[in-house]
Amino acid sequence: MADNQAEIKENSAAPAADPGAGERILPIRGDDGKRADHEADSDTGERILSMRGITKDYVMGSEVSHVLKGIDLDVNRGEFLAVLGPSGSGKSTLMNIIGCLDVPTAGEYWLSGRRIADQSEKQLARIRNREIGFVFQAFQLLQKQSARENVELPLIYAGMPERQRKERVEEMLERVGLADKMDYLPNQLSGGQQQRVAIARAISTNPTILLADEPTGALDQTTGHQVMDLFHDLNEEGRTIIMITHDRHIAAHARRIVRILDGNLLEGGELEDA
Amino acid sequence: MSIPGTALKTGLTERDLDTLRGVEGTAGVSPQVSLMSAAEVDGEVYKKISIDGESAIYFLNNDVIESGRPFGAADMGGEAHVCIVDHTFIRKAMWGKKVLGSTIRLGGYEYQIVGIQKDSDSMLNAYTDTSSYDGTIMIPYTNAMNMSGASGITSVEVYIAKDASSGTVEKNLRKALNGIFNDADNAFSIFNMESLMKSINTTKAMMQAMLGGIASIALLVGGIGIMNMMLVSVSERTKEIGLRKALGAEPARIQTLFLFEAVTLSVFGGLIGVGIGELIAAIGSVALKIKFSFSPGAVLLGLGFSLGVGIVFGWAPARRASRLNPIDALRSE
Repeated sequence: MADNQAEIKENSAAPAADPGAGERILPIRGDDGKRADHEADSDTGERILSMRGITKDYVMGSEVSHVLKGIDLDVNRGEFLAVLGPSGSGKSTLMNIIGCLDVPTAGEYWLSGRRIADQSEKQLARIRNREIGFVFQAFQLLQKQSARENVELPLIYAGMPERQRKERVEEMLERVGLADKMDYLPNQLSGGQQQRVAIARAISTNPTILLADEPTGALDQTTGHQVMDLFHDLNEEGRTIIMITHDRHIAAHARRIVRILDGNLLEGGELEDA
Repeated sequence: MSIPGTALKTGLTERDLDTLRGVEGTAGVSPQVSLMSAAEVDGEVYKKISIDGESAIYFLNNDVIESGRPFGAADMGGEAHVCIVDHTFIRKAMWGKKVLGSTIRLGGYEYQIVGIQKDSDSMLNAYTDTSSYDGTIMIPYTNAMNMSGASGITSVEVYIAKDASSGTVEKNLRKALNGIFNDADNAFSIFNMESLMKSINTTKAMMQAMLGGIASIALLVGGIGIMNMMLVSVSERTKEIGLRKALGAEPARIQTLFLFEAVTLSVFGGLIGVGIGELIAAIGSVALKIKFSFSPGAVLLGLGFSLGVGIVFGWAPARRASRLNPIDALRSE
């Protein structure tokens, strides 16, 4: 489909969303265009996510509730994006659609060159596994399994052989600073540590996007800041992060903020109380 | 059949036997005479001998000879004194001695042993207390009648021709016997082996059906129990299912996960059941002195069934789990 994007923010040397793009298995971090090493924008200019006219309606009996009202959004590789909005603004619904957990009522969604509406249930599962790394507010770790086993789960689904998995898991847990706690159970870890395990799990398959829903919502301020620092580092390594939050202080950590209100998306502007 | 006869006429004569032989559909009539007597071997007397008087025809229809020979027509005259002994008698009276060809003394005459009976493996044998019994010896029925002093034959085996119907032959025999006894009441009783067999088989089939029915109900209850448990398990773990899906688990994978759990449950139950079953059988075999037989086929069948139950009753809950919408699942706190 030809690109009729109205809002091309960044460098428009970006290749258009391409329906014919081949499969990318555990995509290597993009280093085309800009380098992602320095303090400034790690945005590479390569568009990896594109939404046009995304609408979501919920039907309850005879009432229809319009949660998302025609959202347009583009995200480039290497961006650190915050979606800021109060509760009820539709931000969770937007996150679910980005994460391929929910299907929009109308609109187009392209991720890594694939049209999501065309994907089968099985293909969507694959996309969730390889392209998206979820970080939830309530951590969502399996309580009966160790940190190691939790981080391993998406790798099992990806079909990675055991030895490679072990290496990868250790690498990830080291990356988030939990090398000494690999065999601990979630109930033996603090909130911040659990969230870091969740982050390690999220990045284990080297996904295109790290998708975080109120990642600091269950943490105290200090721990929250620690997690944000980790996000910074990950972004500087070239990882694309999309973060949903209602807290403008958290949103301020990101490099780009879009506001969402009543199902509508607004770009930039002054940071008022959300 | 058993023919106690009447006060006027106890038992059948040879002429009566010929009448019976003429009944349509019969293929032989074998009189039987039983009495208890004593036998003497090399000076030793054995008092508790069971004497079975049989005819030559008996051996044509009953396979009871292990070695030696059965009686022939020539032995029936009453002049020949031949006998066939069983293993109990051999153990008690002729241990270490030559059996076939030797003579023993019965009822005042010398009888030559011409054959050895097989040991029957009926349950009756297992129970017979051989301390109060010295063995069974078969002699021609004519000799037995002389020994017992009876005037008529009170027990007869009638054999049915191959293509005759047992019901018809029974009817005809009844007619003939009523003729002989002038329709006297209770002069005789006929035991129709075929109908006896049929009723035993019917009973057996009924019992099997009943056991099968009980087993089926047990399986059904067990299966429903598993299904119920799985449904509860699935609803308790919706959050976990949602998470797994979000991490990239395909629906088929979730389904396999839960199906596997259901099958593990059911097979485990099956193993316990097989174990208990074999234990009961072992105890029973010791208590009832029956041989314990282990049939791997039955074990496999039992385990196979429990596997099947697990799959059948676990399938629906597993499928439901695989179909859960991840958002709803994740949302349920």
